[in-house]
Amino acid sequence: MSIEVSFKKKLKYFDVDISFSCAKKNMVVMIGPSGGGKTTIIRMLAGLEKPKEGKVVFGDEVWFDSLRRIDVPPQKRRLGYVFQDYNLFPHLNLFDNAAFAAVDKKEVEDLFGIFRIGHLKKRKPHMVSGGERQRCAICQALARHPRILLLDEPFSALDAITRRGLREELKNLKGKMSFPIIYVTHDITEALYLADELLPVVDGKIDDQWLQRMMTREPSSEVALRAAREPRLTLVY
Amino acid sequence: MDYLAIYVTLKLALVTTVVLMVIAAPVAYALAYNRFSGKSFLEALIYLPMALPPTVIGFYLIILMGPKGFVGKMWQMLTGGSLLFTFIGITMASIIYSIPFAVQPMKAAFSKIDRRLLESAYVLGLSKKATFFRVIIPNSVSGIAAAAILVFLHSIGAFGVLLMVGGSIPGETKVASIAIYEAVEMMNYKAAGLIALSFIPISYAFLLLVNKLNEGARS
Repeated sequence: MSIEVSFKKKLKYFDVDISFSCAKKNMVVMIGPSGGGKTTIIRMLAGLEKPKEGKVVFGDEVWFDSLRRIDVPPQKRRLGYVFQDYNLFPHLNLFDNAAFAAVDKKEVEDLFGIFRIGHLKKRKPHMVSGGERQRCAICQALARHPRILLLDEPFSALDAITRRGLREELKNLKGKMSFPIIYVTHDITEALYLADELLPVVDGKIDDQWLQRMMTREPSSEVALRAAREPRLTLVY
Repeated sequence: MDYLAIYVTLKLALVTTVVLMVIAAPVAYALAYNRFSGKSFLEALIYLPMALPPTVIGFYLIILMGPKGFVGKMWQMLTGGSLLFTFIGITMASIIYSIPFAVQPMKAAFSKIDRRLLESAYVLGLSKKATFFRVIIPNSVSGIAAAAILVFLHSIGAFGVLLMVGGSIPGETKVASIAIYEAVEMMNYKAAGLIALSFIPISYAFLLLVNKLNEGARS
């Protein structure tokens, strides 16, 4: 199953106008400066925000079509969505969090094994590290048997070493997954390491030149100035 | 000591608390999560009983619940009885009198929950109703408990409203605060003193509990 997306939406400082697709077993990495509309695009894909115009087709299922007034609610899209933080419910321990919407609770044990957090099952989210929380959030998303996985800067709040570890785990995992994955980041290193396909998004639109401009640091361009504040190639590499 | 009056007070407070928790939860939810036109007007209306003199509330309740009032007539049609001077009548009065104390802390507790948690629940397939019971309620337990205790204490302390709507029928509408007032009127200071004294440990213990809950919510 692959997903085809096209969105138009007016935002405060620019308009989102984008279309892209992602095939199964593929990881599309959406990259671009912060505040460039990446999260809005992902949220529209998940059904949490409504585009003004556009279409989302997953396989032969239409999730959104502004012309035909179709808008499948997030509950029915069956996707996995991991964001920077706040995926986990503070009143539940890690196991119950991951099993929250699990198809089969026994699988949660296996997932916890893969992500090496089996020993933390009974801990509440605030009692474990940020990296462990994000591992659990990925388990929570996978246990639901998602048809597509959305990851919105899932490792940005973590320190560089943890981030690199999780990045590797995710890359290993990717090979075993049969669904499309869309990954959002503003970190170029991360994007180059993970992506099957890069989707540079600047001010809500695809800008294929952005990456090159960033690499060559064309100093006069406005985008480069904005991106200069973003973490570039991290020191661990 | 007038045990009957204390019994009526506690029964009234308990029924008020239970009923009000059920009524106030959806109201607090609507106020915490929805934006609609006229919301601030509605909110002010809900909190109005807090700002009005109890006798003013009592006056309007008499008009409404009396034999010629809308609620009184409805009640007459349904049950054949009167609403004034009955336990049901003072329970209704007590519920209206305490609504703000239920809605406000619950709304505060619901508003504190991060929206992203709710969105995470929706993406995981939970309906809004299921999210309310599985995410919102468990994450605002201390706020809900604080609301319940405040309502309970506030209904124990009700006087003017109840006196106007219910009068003072022993075992039916004569609550402890009215019993104290009547005992003092009859210069029976000993009886009044005993009932009065029994309130202090109850109220004090509950307030301590509220403080504990608030601390728990903050950490």
